[in-house]
Amino acid sequence: MSALFQFLLRQGDNTLVLGHRVSEWCGAAPALEEDIALANTALDLIGQTQMWLGYAAEIEEAGRTADDLAFLRDAYDFRNLLLLETPNRNFGHTLLRQFLFDAYQVPLLASLESSTDQRIADIATKAGKEAQYHLERSQDTVIALGDGTEQSHTIMQDALNRLWSYTGEMFESDIVDEAMTANGIAPDPTSLRDVWNTTVDAALKLADLKAPEDNFAHKGGKNGRRHTEHLSHMLSTMQVLQRSYPGASW
Amino acid sequence: MYAQMVKSEGSNEKHTEQDTAFQARIDAGEKIEPKEWMPEGYRRTLIRQIGQHAHSEVVGQLPEGNWITRAPTLERKANLLAKVQDEAGHGLYLYCAAETLGVSRDELYDMLHSGKMKYSSIFNYPTLTWADMGAVGWLVDGAAIMNQVPLQRTSYGPYARAMVRVCKEESFHQRQGFHIMMTMCNGTDDQLRMAQDALNRFWGPALMMFGPSDENSVHSAQNMAWKIKMNSNDELRQKFVDETVPQAEYLGLSVPDDTITWNEERGHYDFAEPDWNEFFEVLKGNGPCNTERLEARKNAWDEGAWVRDAMMAHAEKRAQRKKMAG
Ligand SMILES: [Fe+2]
Ligand SMILES: [Fe+2]
Repeated sequence: MSALFQFLLRQGDNTLVLGHRVSEWCGAAPALEEDIALANTALDLIGQTQMWLGYAAEIEEAGRTADDLAFLRDAYDFRNLLLLETPNRNFGHTLLRQFLFDAYQVPLLASLESSTDQRIADIATKAGKEAQYHLERSQDTVIALGDGTEQSHTIMQDALNRLWSYTGEMFESDIVDEAMTANGIAPDPTSLRDVWNTTVDAALKLADLKAPEDNFAHKGGKNGRRHTEHLSHMLSTMQVLQRSYPGASW
Repeated sequence: MYAQMVKSEGSNEKHTEQDTAFQARIDAGEKIEPKEWMPEGYRRTLIRQIGQHAHSEVVGQLPEGNWITRAPTLERKANLLAKVQDEAGHGLYLYCAAETLGVSRDELYDMLHSGKMKYSSIFNYPTLTWADMGAVGWLVDGAAIMNQVPLQRTSYGPYARAMVRVCKEESFHQRQGFHIMMTMCNGTDDQLRMAQDALNRFWGPALMMFGPSDENSVHSAQNMAWKIKMNSNDELRQKFVDETVPQAEYLGLSVPDDTITWNEERGHYDFAEPDWNEFFEVLKGNGPCNTERLEARKNAWDEGAWVRDAMMAHAEKRAQRKKMAG
């Protein structure tokens, strides 16, 4: 597996897995405006997945398509961050997960816009605008829910306590990242930490939420070594038709 | 239709000069706007119709939402997400149109949740295979279009304008659904079987969407005079059958009605009435999914209460802080 292929899988699997999670909200949001916004976010993420995995499939040169990569790989071949496969739990949890990721994705995509790989730069330019919009929305919602009522504050603090140990993985650097950095294709993930901290700290302050002191980080998603138990359940739903009717076109 | 069997509130009111002038405006093709005088019956009937239509859009997210997480390709998943998002948007335009008549969205929700207001019977049927995503787009959105295209000319301005926006998207949904059907019909034996099964299950319920014959209905006559209703139920049903039967033939599917024949004299297809007993059972709450659909909506509303409360509290706190800061 080439480093570039792996890098592209990481991007595409992040958007696929998060897009899937967000799409699980269909028809169940707290207000009609939120139904629309969540569907829109999921739609953007699935669109980005088509671009990332489409390019990954070309780079691989194994005759696979973006759909093959999405629907015919098993959990241990997925390269998404663990954070994104955690279940929705409740609306607050979903929006906080979104915010923690958006705050990372925006500076990442901004940096990828000047990638030495033109295809990546083009994808990042398109996805960057969407990510910026997602960030504004998820940030406002997290602040509103943290600040809102005693009940909402408790729910948001619980969500933060629960998700915090899944944020460190975003800034882990490995040999794939080193290869990307060396070729000017992508930034070193560690370099995104400061911007992320600034965005997250500011929002948490306004939301009156406290990040846990313990900075332990769960790992194993982006290198595929150890996913959570949640991923294979997600895939068994997502992949059911492609798996049940091999070779059919839809 | 999305607004089935809307009773008119007008029939037992006494006619005044104002009523006559109002009717003259409608006959002249004028649009009635929110601030203008209107008979109470006209207003109440519209609230019922637009509310039922809005609820149908919102509940209509559920049968298709059922397959979003199982969509077989990235493109189909994106299309289905976009469609369901459109339906929620239709709900939003329609609730806004209803609000101009003096009823809030929350009040309408309460009426839906308590069973005082209905949504279209079609959404009480289950979606069992991926082919149902094709059948729903092709038949259900197709039937909705039959009714909503003429409603673009309805007499109430905000409703007519909402319909213009809605119709553009509905025809896109219908084409998308037909495309799913076509892909399945040109696919494997399993896929063809799923497609035929979907048509078998949705044909009758789709015909019922137009409601029972209303040729002799007083309500219908009043609503047509007010241009709240533009065509009779039978007229629209016939139009739907005439358009759909050749499409089914093109797909290589058989419509589950042995009596369908082209009637040269009438210039229309003859077809069998759907099972109206089933229809009335579904309206009474005995459809296959009535309980689940209403439960899903109520749960979404109840479980979202803390979010709505928090949003309001936050907005108030912000306003307060702004005021304090002078
Ligand atoms: Fe619609
Ligand atoms: Fe539609």
